[in-house]
Order: sequence, then structure tokens, then C-alpha cells
Amino acid sequence: MSSGGGQTRKRRDKEEETQPQPEAASTKEDATKEVDDLLDEIDEVLETNAEDFVRSYIQKGGQ
Amino acid sequence: MAIPKICGIETEYGISVRDHSDFNPIVASSLLINAYAKPALRRVKWDYEEENPLRDARGFERAPAEGAAVEDETGLVNVILPNGSRYYVDHAHPEYSSPECSNPHDGVVWDKAGERILEASIQAAGAIVPNGQGISIYKNNSDGKGNSYGCHENYLVDRKTPFPNLVHHLIPFLVTRQVFTGSGKVGAEANSRDVDFQISQRADFFEVEVGLETTFKRPIINTRDEPHADPERYRRLHVIAGDANMAELPTFLKLGTAALVLRMIEDDFIAEDFTLTEPVRAIRTVSHDPSCKATIELSDGRRLSAIELQWEYLRLASKYSEDNDTDGGAADVLSAWEQVLEGLESDPTSQSHRLDWVAKLVLLEAYRARDGLGWDHPKLRLIDLQYHDVSRKRGLYYKLERAGKIDRLVTEEEIEWAIDHPPEDTRAYFRGECLRRYSRAIVAASWDALIFDVGEEPLRKVPTLEPGRGTKAHVEELLDASPRAGDLIANLGA
Repeated sequence: MSSGGGQTRKRRDKEEETQPQPEAASTKEDATKEVDDLLDEIDEVLETNAEDFVRSYIQKGGQ
Repeated sequence: MAIPKICGIETEYGISVRDHSDFNPIVASSLLINAYAKPALRRVKWDYEEENPLRDARGFERAPAEGAAVEDETGLVNVILPNGSRYYVDHAHPEYSSPECSNPHDGVVWDKAGERILEASIQAAGAIVPNGQGISIYKNNSDGKGNSYGCHENYLVDRKTPFPNLVHHLIPFLVTRQVFTGSGKVGAEANSRDVDFQISQRADFFEVEVGLETTFKRPIINTRDEPHADPERYRRLHVIAGDANMAELPTFLKLGTAALVLRMIEDDFIAEDFTLTEPVRAIRTVSHDPSCKATIELSDGRRLSAIELQWEYLRLASKYSEDNDTDGGAADVLSAWEQVLEGLESDPTSQSHRLDWVAKLVLLEAYRARDGLGWDHPKLRLIDLQYHDVSRKRGLYYKLERAGKIDRLVTEEEIEWAIDHPPEDTRAYFRGECLRRYSRAIVAASWDALIFDVGEEPLRKVPTLEPGRGTKAHVEELLDASPRAGDLIANLGA
């Protein structure tokens, strides 16, 4: 990697990102569904009483 | 010329016991370690002879401060594992100190092995006491109530490098690297200005620029001078200003970028002056701004963002790597460093598959959007905490990883191997292999020595003062030719 490459490539990427992305709209619903599924899955493992659990998590200080 | 950057990570884990908030953390931590370590390993003592936490790298030795008693750790549970690591109770936390690694990739592998050892310890404890299964272990750095525990990195540094040079160039680097090493935190602590969410777990706890302490008045640069190696040739730079990471890339970058910066300092490569006017304030400014746009002031009057300052270090490191022989996968470090900075600059959320703080923030925002939660809702603090649970069933980081939301750098096979085997290219190989082969004849061990009892007086001490020696290439033949510890001692003397 060249030392000056970082800055140049950075600018180029920015230009590319401003290009319209036609697929973005159609995949948006899928993405939302995916996030919802993931949150549902996480709900299943989250400790049940958030308030009590967080309050009782007290550590002795360390390094 | 810069010396090889042998490195390791020590992590103090958070510990809790479900439905028993009055549990004794020292007892629970001891239970974990005793349950995990085989009896033959438990009887090998830690050799404290070379430990000296009050020796200062600036060249003096300090008397213990009043009210800051030096802990007598003797008697607390302390084992050395066959992977060359140290697993023990420190400050009421279970702590895993990884073996010495020669490169950041191995650093990640043996750091992850530590998580798996803690996870296996909970299982093992469950077989001993009914409540063992109720233990949870968190790889984070704060309880959200003003108590912090550390994740420290150690780097081998040439003793010839003046300590002030390290301080000068490292402070701006450490203050700004949070943008990729941070693990994210809901809220603020320790009298910091309140925020909804910040980049680092640790930033709120730094109060001074340079100092010897690690448990109070924490310094950005710690001066503890315990080389655990030949003190004439080496320092062990003890970096306490970092977060414990779940994701693999932050650990890789944390070790890899620091190694490059340290090499540049040893070689006097950095001519620029990035001195910050107020580093302690700056470390909070950077952490408290998830947009990564806040600027901090340099003593020459410039104001730069953390990302801009990191670009400066990256530019120098790239140039340095062109002109110098760098080992340890420097090309991978440089390209990951560049990708992360580019991504953070265009849109920080683009790094949710790489960086802990972004992954956590995106998850929290998803919950806020779905459930309409304000930032003060306890559920968000729970998510913050449970992100770091080392149990792969309960830990939210692992939920994200399994869902394909996080990039991996190492394989599960590599981690599995590292649980029971040392790295092969540092002195950890000799330590780990001796423990595997001759544990019954080893009385005590430490980072820089093994003490054998071969059945005749006196005890034999084998020093390991060169972290780069005792590798597989160096000693495997010798070990294979020594079926018993007595043979090893005889062969070493020959």
C-alpha cells in the first residue's frame, strides 16, 4: 500500500457512494424483517428483569 | 533498529451470580479457576520474585501510597495453563493474561481462547456447586456505576528508547484510537458530563496523563516498570487505556497499530508533533462523540478530529513499512486500519460488522426504534452489559456473530487449539510445553522463569529472560530428548 493512497482512495469512495443505488429500495423491507427477527431472537436470551439485573450488577473496582 | 513487538493482553472479567447479588467475587472467581484447572496445574505456584509494581519507568521506586495498600496476592488462586497463559484472581475479578504472542493475529487467537476458558470454567463450576451455573462472566470494563476493571496490553519495547519519547508520541495515539478500539457504553460515569451513549467503556476513568497507578487516578500512560524480561535490554510497556473487545478486528487493530507506532518511536521515525493541549479532556471528548466529528486541540493550535489524527499515524506507518522490515502481518494491519478510518469517516454505522461500539450502538438503536425506548430505559443498559457475556448462548455479541453480522478474522479451530497450546514462536512455547510435559516437577513459574524440583537439592531455576527465545524451533528437539524434568535440567546444563 502506498502512503498517499489512503487519501486518494478515500475521496474516490465518497464519489462512488453518491451514485444512485436502484436496489436499495427493494431490499429495504427484507432488511427490516431481518432486524426484527434478530431482535426477537435476542429477546429470548435477554435476562428477564432488566431493571433488577442491571441494578445488582456491581463490581469491585479493578485495575 | 526496532525490536520485535512481542505482545499480550490481560483481561479482568466482570463476574456476577444470578439471584445472589451478595456473592463474594473472590470466592466465585476462585471457584471458576479451581474448577477449570487440573490438580497437577493447581499445585504449581506463581513465582513473585521479579514482580515490582512500584518500580517506575521514569527511573525511581516509590513507597506504597497511604490508602493504596499493595495487595498481598499470595494465597489467592493462581494457575499457569499449558497454553502459556496465567489464570488467576486479581482485585476480585477472574483475570486471564494471555501468553506472549509475536503478532496481532495470534494476539486475537489467544485472547479469544481466554474467553473460551472462562466459559468452560462456568461449566466446570456447575459440576461442583449447584450455583455454579448461575455465574455470568462479562468481558467489559465497567459496571455502569463508577467501577472499572481493566483490559491491558503489553508490548516489548527496547530499553534504549527514552521513556519520554514513548509518552510524547503515544498519548495522542491512545486518545484517538478509541474510534476503533472502543466497545461502547450507555451513559457516562465518574463525574463525566452525561451522554446517551459513548464510544469507550474506559475513557471516563482516566484522570492524569502519566502515572504509576492502575486502580485509581488512572493515567493514560502507565509507568509501571516490570519488564518480566532482561531489564537491561527491555521494557514491557503496560497500556491500560484500552477497552476489552468482543469483536476480533478491534483486538487485531489495537495490537497491530500500537506495534507499528512503537516501532516508529524506537526508530525515531516520527518527526511530527501531535502533542495535545489537554489529553485527559480529549479522551472524553473523543469517546463522547459517536459521530466521530468532534475535534481536539493540538499544542500547535490545530484542531483535528480523532479520525484525522489517526490518518496521520496511518500515513506515517505506511511510509515506515515501505522503508523498514516489519513483521507481524503489518500489511494486513495497514489495510484494515485504512478501511476502518474510511468507513468511519463516511458513515460510522457502516462499521457495525467490524467494531464493537458501532455494533452495539446499531443494536441499541434498533431496540429503541422497535420498542420506543428512551436512552434511560434499563433494557438498554442490560443490552450494553449482555453484549459482553462470554457465554456463547447468552452473549449478544455472539448472537450478532452467529447471525452473520460481524466479520471474523480467526477460525474456531485456531481458538480451540489455543486453549491448550502455547504460541510456537515466543518463550510461551517453552513455558506451556514444560507445564504440559513436566507439571509434576515444576514447583513455581512466572513469565520469566520456571522452577523445577527434580528430586534432589537444590531447586533448579530456568530463567526465560528473552521473550523471543524458547520457541518451538529453538527447544522442541531438546524437550523431545528429555522424557523427564531431570533430563531437561541435565540437557540444559550440558
